[in-house]
Amino acid sequence: MTRAITSHDLDAVPEITRLVTGERGGLPGVESEADSPPSPDELRDDQVDGPELTARLARTWGTEKGIIGALSTVDHKVIGRRFIATAIIFLFLGGLSAVVMRMQLALPENSLIGPDLYNQLFTMHGTTMMFLFGVPIGEAFAVYLVPLMVGTRNIAFPRLNAFSYYVYLFGGLMIWIAFMLNIGPDVGWFAYVPLSGPEFSPGKRADFWAQMITFTEVSGIAVAVSIITTVFKLRAPGMTLDRIPLFVWAELVNAFAIIFALPAVVTASATLMMDRLVGTHFYNPAEGGDALLFQHLFWFFGHPEVYIIFLPATGWVSAIVVTFSRRQAFGYIALVLSLIAVGFLSFGLWVHHMFTTGLPQLGASFFTASSMLIAIPNGIQIFCWIATLWDGRPVIRTPLLFIFGFFFIFVAGGLSGIMLASVPLDTQVHDTFFVVAHFHYVLIGGNVFPLMAAVYYWFPKFTGRMMSERLGRWHFGLAFIGFNATFFPMHITGLMGMPRRVYTYLPEMGWGTLNLVTSIGAALFFASFVLFLYNIVASARRGPLAGPNPWDAGTLEWAAASPPMPQNFDRIPVVTNREPLWANRSSLPVVAGLSVENREQIVPTITHGRADLRETSPEPSIWPFMAAIAATILFVGSMFTPWALVWGSVPLAVTLIGWFWPKPSTEDEK
Amino acid sequence: MRRIGPFLSFAVLPLGGCQGWQSALDTHGPSAHALAEMFWIFVSILAAVWVLTMIALLLALRRRRSVDADPLETDPRTERRMTVTISIAIALTLVTVVSLTGLSYAAQKALFAHKDGALTLLVTGKQWWWKITYEDPQPNRVFTTANEIHIPVGEPVLVTLESSDVIHSFWVPSLTGKMDAITGRRNQIQLQADRPGTYRGQCAEFCGLQHAHMGLLVIAEPKEDFERWRARQVSSAMPPNDPERQRGMEIFLTKPCIMCHQIRGTDAGGKVAPDLTHVGSRRYIGAGTLETTRGNIAAWIIDPHGVKPGVNMPTIPLDPDEIQPLADYLEGLK
Repeated sequence: MTRAITSHDLDAVPEITRLVTGERGGLPGVESEADSPPSPDELRDDQVDGPELTARLARTWGTEKGIIGALSTVDHKVIGRRFIATAIIFLFLGGLSAVVMRMQLALPENSLIGPDLYNQLFTMHGTTMMFLFGVPIGEAFAVYLVPLMVGTRNIAFPRLNAFSYYVYLFGGLMIWIAFMLNIGPDVGWFAYVPLSGPEFSPGKRADFWAQMITFTEVSGIAVAVSIITTVFKLRAPGMTLDRIPLFVWAELVNAFAIIFALPAVVTASATLMMDRLVGTHFYNPAEGGDALLFQHLFWFFGHPEVYIIFLPATGWVSAIVVTFSRRQAFGYIALVLSLIAVGFLSFGLWVHHMFTTGLPQLGASFFTASSMLIAIPNGIQIFCWIATLWDGRPVIRTPLLFIFGFFFIFVAGGLSGIMLASVPLDTQVHDTFFVVAHFHYVLIGGNVFPLMAAVYYWFPKFTGRMMSERLGRWHFGLAFIGFNATFFPMHITGLMGMPRRVYTYLPEMGWGTLNLVTSIGAALFFASFVLFLYNIVASARRGPLAGPNPWDAGTLEWAAASPPMPQNFDRIPVVTNREPLWANRSSLPVVAGLSVENREQIVPTITHGRADLRETSPEPSIWPFMAAIAATILFVGSMFTPWALVWGSVPLAVTLIGWFWPKPSTEDEK
Repeated sequence: MRRIGPFLSFAVLPLGGCQGWQSALDTHGPSAHALAEMFWIFVSILAAVWVLTMIALLLALRRRRSVDADPLETDPRTERRMTVTISIAIALTLVTVVSLTGLSYAAQKALFAHKDGALTLLVTGKQWWWKITYEDPQPNRVFTTANEIHIPVGEPVLVTLESSDVIHSFWVPSLTGKMDAITGRRNQIQLQADRPGTYRGQCAEFCGLQHAHMGLLVIAEPKEDFERWRARQVSSAMPPNDPERQRGMEIFLTKPCIMCHQIRGTDAGGKVAPDLTHVGSRRYIGAGTLETTRGNIAAWIIDPHGVKPGVNMPTIPLDPDEIQPLADYLEGLK
């Protein structure tokens, strides 16, 4: 399938020559270690071929067996798999808490659970779905797929990436263990002050919420840094900016949104913890603080957060629409620019969550305009996808079915969002079930349906086996009906005056029937997820073998084996087209000359994707795991005493020193 | 939660139907009416957009390429046609959102730019009830009540909102949109009812354990009725004249009730909990939780946490024979 590229063969990509020919790159006259010619003693991938090359590379890039090996791994696929599985487990936990809430609300004045448990449940539901599922799932797919799609061997900063996973896992465990001990947070996923402040939330419940933010944000930002660096500096030679797959663009914009949005919520939660723990008065009006400031900080994060959940999904949609339309994406440039525009605009909408707080009228109306404006780039994306399908030859398989579900549901949710953008209309529907309906249409339509599509689509890559198509269709049907039965009636319940976050309602309010329908829908919707889980488990064991490219897709991850070898590719591909596997059907051009014995990667220039440097990727290490444990001790301890910051920093410093202890790279030893 | 006593809500509701008594679409005030009209305009336009998009999606499923077509191949004519179509669609989207923004802004100016009213109320959100103060230039005509607002039909009423604990949100959907009551701030909202009637409202911002039971009623009545009601509310409680209720009053005044509740005209002067001077005249107790009947009052006193778990009212130990007179007394505070 593959052929080595020679210096005569480079017309398609005239830039990449150095690795092949040994010519000097970089700035003329500047000596650089990276410019040194490859050592003649070291085995290079142009000296071996076939199964021997595969086996040797797998040894170099592999993860050692045993528990220490598993905890030391820096393989982006292993970490990515754990990330995806963990996020989906949290999706189930979040879903379960929703089902319990729906059971409580099925009947008026139901006495199944009381207000205390109900408040914990909706807090856990929102917190889990937003912080433990919504943000991580997009990043998790990026961790697994971005290095494959850009044609490299590992993610940038792989140890940081491993550290992020453990921090995320420990943060999620902490808050769920607190909930199991009946000390879960009960102030809502938004934790507005003063309700979450020291006066009205004594105990540690609100602290668990605030500290969970610290965990997930440390993790989220660190992964975002790895993704951005991977996309900028680890692309395969020839992958110019306009050959980057749309999925990768979506993840790149998403990573930037994460880096700029999350610090706002960390500021909010850290100052809240300081109010609670050491008696600062950031949010205490009686001492000159401001209750509304918290809302501004929270929503300055909170609205981009919605797009942090949606942007990766646009990547999934683009990838799947293109593959199943059997046509390259229509309007690639428009799609990329829309993504970037959405990324920017998402930071200018936050006040529409605060239209009923009594802001100045003119100021508020600017946010109406900006909120409506974001319909334009989103509209462009929807139209371009439809055009791609239009001019293509749609192959209707389960992934595409879920994409249809996405269109049906997300467009409806986006349009009801236009109503919420209007200040006057918002005064009626804000904080009612109408809003609950709206954002579940947007988030489930915009993230979970594409996620289901993505799982069906990439499952063969992750496991080497296909998922059952028959079960997939049942799953889609049940999910689609269940979803709409659950959330459509909520629009009406909300208009009939039912506020959010109420644990019960009086029979004479007349909301009983609609709530019952919603609860039955929720049971169906949950059942669809059980079917999904069954399909995953059964297919992972007995599904038909997939082969590298079961869908005949065009992007690079399908050039790797299914599941991919630790090195991803035996030789790094040279990209000559946006859909390399469609452009080079008989053989994929590759570049040779990388070390087989060391973890060597090609570092290209940012825009043109010219091979620029050879750089070693870090070896596995247990220190990231140890550092995550030390960080967890510090974070959990600091909920109880500020001294934990002092004493907890000692083990953290030790682990970080271990992690960063300078050692000569294998390269230099030779 | 336990239900105590029969709940004949239909009987107390002059509107005779509960479907709409807290509905944003069953409107009884000029503001809510305008909002509902605007809602339907938005719904029709946006539903049309949705239907058109779905039709385009369905039509897109026709297979226009042959099986062996190269997925990278594009026909310049088709590309151009699709570019033009999408540009038109985007232009139309832009026109739609700009007009909706304009419509929204016009409505916002018309409805919320000016707030005033001859009658001014101060509503304080509390965990989990509403303290309502009728303001008046004459200090002796100022009075405080709870969870039930009476307004004269057809007149704008200015409501100032504040909170003494956490953030609440004041919302009577049949009359107008909501406004938050924020700790350390003051917001204003204008209420107006076109027709006499009882309109229910509810706290719309999550405010803790009993957010679900933080209702209020707005009762719109003709001016004369309103003035009569107001005159009665200004006055102190009538001392009871039958022995049973006298005993009830004695029990009230000798128990911890007075630490929190006020009954004007007696020694009970607590300001933490709802003013009970005319509690018997209000339709509900417990912030819209139980209809005001003697049985419900008794049930509430015996076990407030059974009705509204987590409520700030403690369970006061009472002898069994003290309950009935106490409930009698309170129910008689008309």
